[in-house]
Amino acid sequence: MSNRKFREDDFEIRRKHLEQLSDEELKNRFWELADQTVTPLIDLAYKNTTPAIERSVLLRMGFSSLEAKDIVEKVINNGLIGKGAGHVVYRLSQIEKIDIREAGLKLISNHGWNIVKDSFGVKNHE
Amino acid sequence: MNKNDKLNILEILKDLDKYEPRRRGWAWREPVANLEMAGNTYSDASKPLKNSIPLPAAKYFDNIDPQPIQVITSEIASGRFEDDIRRMRMAAWHGADHLMVIRTAGQSHYDGLIEGSPQGIGGVPITRKQVRAQRKALDIIEDEVGRPINFHSYVSGVAGPDIAVMFAEEGVNGAHQDPQYNVLYRNINMVRSFVDAAESKKIMAWADILQIDGAHNANATAMVAWKVMPELMVQHAINSLFSEKIGMKPGNIALSTVPPTAAPAPDLKINLPYAKALRDFFDKYKMRAQMNTKYMESSTREATVTHVLNMMISKLTSADIQSTITPDEGRNVPWHMYNVEACDTAKQALIGMDGLLEMVDLKKDGYLPNKVRELKERAILFFEELLASGGFFQAVEDGFFIDSGIYPERNYDGISRKINGGIGANTVFERDEDYFAPVTAHFGYNNVLQYGLKADESPAKLIGGSTFEDRNKIQYIDELDEEDNVNVRLETTKKYLNSNLIKPEVEWAGDGILVVDVTLPTSIRYAEAAALVIAKKMNLLDAEIIHREVLQNAEATRIQIKGRLDVEIDLNTLVLAKEPDLLSDTEIREYVSNNPMTIIAGTVGEDEHSVGLREIIDIKHGGIEKYGINCIYLGTSVPITKLVDAAIEANADAILMSTIISHDDVHYKNMKKTHDYAMEKGVRDKIIIIAGGTQVTPELAVKNGVDAGFSRGTKGHHVASFLVKKKVEMNEN
Repeated sequence: MSNRKFREDDFEIRRKHLEQLSDEELKNRFWELADQTVTPLIDLAYKNTTPAIERSVLLRMGFSSLEAKDIVEKVINNGLIGKGAGHVVYRLSQIEKIDIREAGLKLISNHGWNIVKDSFGVKNHE
Repeated sequence: MNKNDKLNILEILKDLDKYEPRRRGWAWREPVANLEMAGNTYSDASKPLKNSIPLPAAKYFDNIDPQPIQVITSEIASGRFEDDIRRMRMAAWHGADHLMVIRTAGQSHYDGLIEGSPQGIGGVPITRKQVRAQRKALDIIEDEVGRPINFHSYVSGVAGPDIAVMFAEEGVNGAHQDPQYNVLYRNINMVRSFVDAAESKKIMAWADILQIDGAHNANATAMVAWKVMPELMVQHAINSLFSEKIGMKPGNIALSTVPPTAAPAPDLKINLPYAKALRDFFDKYKMRAQMNTKYMESSTREATVTHVLNMMISKLTSADIQSTITPDEGRNVPWHMYNVEACDTAKQALIGMDGLLEMVDLKKDGYLPNKVRELKERAILFFEELLASGGFFQAVEDGFFIDSGIYPERNYDGISRKINGGIGANTVFERDEDYFAPVTAHFGYNNVLQYGLKADESPAKLIGGSTFEDRNKIQYIDELDEEDNVNVRLETTKKYLNSNLIKPEVEWAGDGILVVDVTLPTSIRYAEAAALVIAKKMNLLDAEIIHREVLQNAEATRIQIKGRLDVEIDLNTLVLAKEPDLLSDTEIREYVSNNPMTIIAGTVGEDEHSVGLREIIDIKHGGIEKYGINCIYLGTSVPITKLVDAAIEANADAILMSTIISHDDVHYKNMKKTHDYAMEKGVRDKIIIIAGGTQVTPELAVKNGVDAGFSRGTKGHHVASFLVKKKVEMNEN
């Protein structure tokens, strides 16, 4: 919060550069500015993930909300979140040739983590 | 479903693990061009319902129930979803087709899905079980009313993507989604909120869920509500464009827009230019017209007028969805009857203003367009400074939003949040180069190439389909809490479900709550104290004053008290008033044809009402003329002596006197006078006297000397049937 107390309404001064614009140009200007504001936010979302996103991936893979929460917490603790939680489960199912749910339940019971980490080339922190 | 049967809640709760929603996506109403109903032609109406409850005045119009073109919202969330289901049916019968469930306090901060059916506070915990039960009930209700019903809740908080998945799987049709809401009003970390929102929106786009943004909250929060107008346009733009870039179709992106001020401010002068500016800039998106809640207090009348003015703005500009706010929201978590009132208010106002823009134009010069232009420019200037400050996040940190100055004026009292602060801070992780998620509707970087898929192939293929392709993969959890769930609650209320026992009710089965409206001839403080004593004497428990209105400081105060009445009524012990035993049309016609009958009719006293009596007489309303009865109508404000004298002169069989005005029991006094005057003239035993009117109690009418009294809902058939029976009886004697 700023310690400034008040800024006068200087609309008439600030708007000088907008005065000559047609209504259509004004609308275009508004949406150009919206685009400039939103584009970096889209880019941010494109490159990043969160626990909620990863849980939502696991829900779609057929895990319950309780299971999804557990797996994601363990994925973060094992330093694998950058790979994707769904990816971790998928990878274990591929290596062990077991189905997706079985792989996930195995991870919940604290099995298979080292195998997955090795396959991703992630150092074991434990 | 029979309209006289109650919904079976226990049946709805059965087999929810196997429930499958029958459709996905949002449903608009079906417009009907130039809809004809009872001789009226409507310009902006939609397909009528199969079953509904029309407005009270519909009985004068063949009971028609024309439906506006706008989807109508009703927000229903008492904390117990099982009771809300019954209210959803009430709202749907009154014209709601968008049922919105407010979430329980605190769900925004719950990191994951809530499961089971715990009780909520100020809303309902949104869970898979609750969603299935309510969606299943809405399937039954939409079949009954004959129009698709949209089910709606919130995809926000720190578990947005989790909830979006569940909603997509369970056929939820609409949802609030706006990361700015998280940031500004729930203090959830802004980076987390936007990254989550992208995933949520992608899922919602897949499920064809209509999105409503959260900008209306700025209006409810801001210190000087109308001054946030430029900023509101910026907030709407950020969420709309962000959603569209994620892949949501513009037709599924709705702005939640509120007329920011209310009378005694010059409502339309401030709200109309804003509404117009918004619709000019956002013409490719949908408008959800929310109503003003900022100034709502305990007067349901005041709230209703504000909302009708809000709907005038909807009609003068546009609205795709018309929200309703229950007029009691300023004083309690809304009750059954106020949801229904709000739906009726919307229906009545929108249908009443049908075709408005065919008759009036918004001015193209002068105050309105100048103001519209000014608001647009102020919004652009806001965006310019936001970008100059370093973008959206920096602007939020600098307290740009919810400032009480009208931008570029600033009071530096806005809501400021730290980029690295808030709930869920530091929970955003960069995706590695080999990041992968094998599911449908996932936003952002996803390295599918590493597993031999082409860039445009569905990643879910690798796991044989996600839950979006194969719903058998969904894991259903019934209950997690043995104490706090619907089964335990139903144990305490089940004796009131589909049984012969009833208690007064405003929100929950058996709650026992009722309202007493009392006017006391004293000042406000004495009136309050007196009202509580009255409540006590009436055996009301937990009595509380919910509304007070000064009629004049010394003369009188109106008080509304709510309280709990611990009285159970067994329907089996009730004696119902006898339904009238009516002769058939043919029997009446036959009698009248053999025994010609003449009646004299008029509204007595200083009373200019004529509608009710005309309904009883006129052949076109199914009145008694249709049986061949000769009717002589004397008009309104007829003196009693004239009525009786005319009857004598015409040798009439009966007098039909209408008495609408009832203050000081003038209607009963007039009945007595008519009887007395007929006695005086010596004709009482030859002339039948019938009195009718909205405030007439039949038993009291007879006590005041007339042969019969007729009240609300009386038809010509009832009166003719009585006349014939009475004539037969008189001839027998």
